[in-house]
Amino acid sequence: MKTVRSMVLVSHDQKSKANASQEVIDALQSAIKSLDLSDEVAVASIPEIGNVRNLPLVVILPEATVYAPVKPEDVPHLVEEHLYKGREVAALKVTDNDTLRKIAWLTQRKGTLPAESKIVLRNVGIVDPENIDDFLAYEGGQAFALALEMTPELVVEIIKESGLRGRGGAGFPAGIKWEAVRKAPGTKKYVICNADESEPGTFKDRVILEGDPFTIIEAMLIAAYAVGADEGYIYIRGEYQLALERVEKAIHQAREYGVLGKNIFGSGFDFDIHIHAGAGAYICGEETALLESIEGGRGEPRVKPPYPTTSGLWGKPTLINNVETFANIPPIVLNGAQWFKSFGTPSSPGTKVYTILGNVNNTGLIEVPMGITLREVISIYGKGIKAGQFKFAQTGGSSGSIIPASLQDTPMDFDSYRKVGVALGSGALLICNDTNCIVDSVRVLTRFFQEECCGKCVPCRVGTEQTWKILTNISEGRGKMEDLAHLEWLCKGMEDFSNCGLGQTAGTPIRNMLDHFRAELEAHIKLGVCPTGVCPMG
Amino acid sequence: MEENTSLSIPTIEELKHEISLILQQTKKDREDLIPILHKITQRFGYISSQALYEISSQTSIPLAEVFSVATFYRMLPTQQRGRHVILFCESLPCHVVGGREVFDALKNELKLEPGQTSKDQKWTLLTTSCLGVCDFGPVISIDGNIHGHLTPETVQDVLNKYE
Repeated sequence: MKTVRSMVLVSHDQKSKANASQEVIDALQSAIKSLDLSDEVAVASIPEIGNVRNLPLVVILPEATVYAPVKPEDVPHLVEEHLYKGREVAALKVTDNDTLRKIAWLTQRKGTLPAESKIVLRNVGIVDPENIDDFLAYEGGQAFALALEMTPELVVEIIKESGLRGRGGAGFPAGIKWEAVRKAPGTKKYVICNADESEPGTFKDRVILEGDPFTIIEAMLIAAYAVGADEGYIYIRGEYQLALERVEKAIHQAREYGVLGKNIFGSGFDFDIHIHAGAGAYICGEETALLESIEGGRGEPRVKPPYPTTSGLWGKPTLINNVETFANIPPIVLNGAQWFKSFGTPSSPGTKVYTILGNVNNTGLIEVPMGITLREVISIYGKGIKAGQFKFAQTGGSSGSIIPASLQDTPMDFDSYRKVGVALGSGALLICNDTNCIVDSVRVLTRFFQEECCGKCVPCRVGTEQTWKILTNISEGRGKMEDLAHLEWLCKGMEDFSNCGLGQTAGTPIRNMLDHFRAELEAHIKLGVCPTGVCPMG
Repeated sequence: MEENTSLSIPTIEELKHEISLILQQTKKDREDLIPILHKITQRFGYISSQALYEISSQTSIPLAEVFSVATFYRMLPTQQRGRHVILFCESLPCHVVGGREVFDALKNELKLEPGQTSKDQKWTLLTTSCLGVCDFGPVISIDGNIHGHLTPETVQDVLNKYE
């Protein structure tokens, strides 16, 4: 694929056409030609943009700058300033949040170029998420058609062979889960897509659902065929209104085309998908809590075993995968396990989608091969630390770890991170500079667990409350040295005795702090000062 | 998400009728409970104790279970709220890019502490965990509309947009 330096997208729907979008595209092409930029800049049109005001709209990637409304006569100046001299044209730039939010599926790829090789985000920003015809034109549906030609066992074998590991945070091998559901006794089985993404700092699943909902439907079809399920659910977090609308529309179109329903493509295979909107509870991202929630109850995790693979939704064998895991499935089926293994590291093949946030110059979503280091992420994709020095990063939302600067050259994959005692988590990379206080940050993380604890089991309910209180005391100058041993004891108790992942990992940031930032923590207690001046200290 | 501006307290007869209309579109099963509660929140702004009672008596799900499910989820309020509900994200990604200062400005501007509703019933201020729009941080959501990149100075401008 030809690599270009910049990509210019022009909205070209009915409304844009009425406002001379064709003339804008023509003017762009001639201006680019006259400045001799044809080899470096590509122009593409967006056939459907949704209900956005101020059309036509021009998006320039990789900066993801949005200009609107653009008139043909604005174009020569725009091209010369932005594409030739590298300066944004402030007067034309869109700043209102409403518009930016509606086209976020286009601009989320900030910092990356569409010509890069992508697996999970390959269609995001390229395929119209509200039009199944557009999806089909971009090889959509071919993986499912290919899967139907194979035996279900072979499909499971390919996924196993690919080494794909679940992208929800735990990194469990997907193929083994599929095989377990396939082999579980029973005729009624379910496939569930876990889109209850609520880890602080993570929004990759939202972008995938908003930008490429058809791929998830295709992946669920393949999964259902492979494990022998005929009914599926997508559990989408209630706050994700646009994702809910897009997925609903996509399912509706898929039903109209006969891709979902009875006897799909005359193969005798039935499958349909229901949407369940979450109602605001972080814990429902835990797979058994999610099942409880779909069944109409309080989202309290079940005791495992039995695992959902044998006894899931309404007691039936159930396959639950994360959105990003599903997004990997069609490319793997289409291109084969060996192709997938050519990305990433041997124990964690493929790519990983990260959200880069915090004190860096460039925030947003990236998809990179597994095994890249934190230093590379910060310097290449984050374009460096905004001010001061890199102090620590927080991965994978709250159940991730705190990565001190000393570990920034460790390859980011499941096993390398496990070896040094940290976790990759769900894909958030919150980069913090030296103006942040470790005690204050860990207190905020612990507050999250205390708030989101479902209250079912005692170690988590009491542990999150107590650790939060102790950290608040330390940050307000009332800390004692005994508190540190107490914290360690509480973390151990939560890890060993909690029922689900929330309680088991709630102590991780505290332990990371005790391991790597002891001096700063003790300064709060022994000297009564917060070295960064963030904590109120009484 | 719907704006709550036109909501007024319905009479018991209206409530009964509206809830029966909502229930007609469902199988009245246990698995429909959360979607039903969602719809009632959209229609009335919150789920009153009368509404909880009506759902229970019209579906045969025990009242205690309806109550226990409704109170578990953040988006299914059982207390009346103001006309506009502000959710402030207190998670770490917003916190490290200036969220704390924005929250102080917000509390000052509204003269409210989290969980409180203003006397004129205009605002309810709540804190929330991550809203999933972290690259716009610090973020607040007002009636479901996201306002991002806030600073203590821009808080008032955002509030002024709401009647």
